[in-house]
Amino acid sequence: MTAIRRYLPSWLSSYAALYILFLYLPVIFLPIFSINTAATPKFPLSGVTLHWYQELPRTPALIDATWNSLVVGASAAILSTVFGILAARSITRYRYPGRRTVNGLIMAPLVLPEVIVAISMLLVMLQLGLSLSLFTVVLGHVLVCIPYSMTVLTSGFEGFDRSLEEASADLGESAFGTFRRVTLPMVAPAIVSSLLVCFTISLDEFIIAFFLTGTEATLPIYIWGQLRFAAKLPGVLALGTLLLAASFVLMTVAEILRRRAARRTQNEGGLYA
Amino acid sequence: MLERVQSERTISDRAMIEIRDVTRSYGAFKALDNASLVIREGEFFSLLGPSGCGKTTLLRMIAGFDTPTSGSIAVDGQPMDGIPANRRPTNMVFQSYAIFPHLNVEQNVAYGLKRLKLQSGEEKRRVEEALAQVSLTGLGKRRATELSGGQRQRVALARALVMRPKVLLLDEPLSALDKKLREQMQVELRRLQQAVGITFVLVTHDQYEALAMSDRIAVMFGGRIAQVASPKEIYQRPVNRQVADFLGGMNFVKAEIVEENGASLVVDTLGFGRVRTDKPKTFVRHGGAATLGIRPERLRVLWDNATAKFEVAGKVVERHYFGEITHLIVEIPGLEKPLSVTETNDFGADDIPVGAPIRLAYDPEALVAMAD
Repeated sequence: MTAIRRYLPSWLSSYAALYILFLYLPVIFLPIFSINTAATPKFPLSGVTLHWYQELPRTPALIDATWNSLVVGASAAILSTVFGILAARSITRYRYPGRRTVNGLIMAPLVLPEVIVAISMLLVMLQLGLSLSLFTVVLGHVLVCIPYSMTVLTSGFEGFDRSLEEASADLGESAFGTFRRVTLPMVAPAIVSSLLVCFTISLDEFIIAFFLTGTEATLPIYIWGQLRFAAKLPGVLALGTLLLAASFVLMTVAEILRRRAARRTQNEGGLYA
Repeated sequence: MLERVQSERTISDRAMIEIRDVTRSYGAFKALDNASLVIREGEFFSLLGPSGCGKTTLLRMIAGFDTPTSGSIAVDGQPMDGIPANRRPTNMVFQSYAIFPHLNVEQNVAYGLKRLKLQSGEEKRRVEEALAQVSLTGLGKRRATELSGGQRQRVALARALVMRPKVLLLDEPLSALDKKLREQMQVELRRLQQAVGITFVLVTHDQYEALAMSDRIAVMFGGRIAQVASPKEIYQRPVNRQVADFLGGMNFVKAEIVEENGASLVVDTLGFGRVRTDKPKTFVRHGGAATLGIRPERLRVLWDNATAKFEVAGKVVERHYFGEITHLIVEIPGLEKPLSVTETNDFGADDIPVGAPIRLAYDPEALVAMAD
């Protein structure tokens, strides 16, 4: 028994190490090959260069795709956060029959196969007579972003003590003043966090954008198109590395903000209360 | 903590809050049913009752968070109809304290002052003064999340007092504190009220809290005000069994009315015999029966050969020890329910054997007639 117990932890930790390696090895390859002088991703590296990064701003199609992605990402983030605020406020503040069902239905797109969602969205858009464009991509992204937005905002709104707003009114503040001085500062971190999460998801999303876009490509679609040309691979790797870094930074900031918001509202009891 | 403490302070006869025929209905349910009440300037007034009796509804209507379905409320002579909470001369200490978690102690206290656009020196001075009043000097920079329950309560108090309201409303402010801190805060709140002289209206379900702090108490049940009187009057002369019961132990004895005139009642009881008592102003006769009540501590054990002018004899059936007092259950021939007696332990009440014969002295003044 003791032998197993002594042996087990080291076995477990090497398993954990392998697991992490397996998860992140592909991700590590991306930046490594993006600074390789040769166009083929093969070890050993033939030399180190930033050439591929320097090439990126000189590709007009890439600039367009980046701009498209930023527009779609910003629109989707704002729209899904607005809807998320309304839904999260209703879920956390009011008690009504069907509250859980509504919550479940809003969260459902998280577990639906994305390819099915994309095809269904395409059918709906065509039925509505909408021509495919960045606008339809935004609509699709709003659908997949709302569950994330909801999750972030609900954890920020939960435990928001209604008497805080009453206390503000009691101390002479108007409804708008209360919103500005109490409600907004309390939930602002959650809102910003939701915006960042939704933007990041939209920025990286491929399947829905692929089905719903017209002639204008978003970044993931541009990348996918470039993969047909072997010579373009290093550029794609460089772009991928930048996207990865951006996503990582955005998600980290979002999570820090979400935690701050949750702490503000939920830990209202203080250390000793 | 307070530089000056006046022991007895006179309360003016001027009305600070006038509540006239106020009803608050939610559909068919009446949270408050035709309540009328006058609270005087400078008074420490408590609304006492079990949960759901309408006391919080009434307080929230004074604050402006709820509107009467019918009836009117006036504060300092001004009708409050249609005036929102932010323009009323009242401030509230919330049950949850509602301390703004994104602001520090100083910013919390200064919250309401910001709108008054005071000169910065004046604002700072008033914040310091309020913090001193609640013994929080030096804690101004603390974050709200770093405070203990008692400190948070003091911040809530300071934040309201700094506005110099005409009325301070307190919604069960001590219910979240542990027993020892609660008792300490009762004394402090009372002292603070005496020092600032503002009208305090306290909502509580704790009868000891109400008795210890108030100038007057309104006891409420089921949306109605049952009795309004001083703590002593409420405790010693409850108008009915419900009020008597809510304010602590009370022995009830059935009585037959023999004679009734303007000021007194003569009743026959089994156990206590014929008794003459004061007739309460609110006493309404229903047929020939009445109920007499006597508090357990108004029955005293008669030791050895001691005698009293008024006594009853019986037998100890139960004994419960509570440290400084002993609680005896005494069967009296003729009474359908045994009497509860509390006796201090300085003469050995904790050693009275169960089953022993016992004699109890009482003052007929302590027997209070009430409606059922």
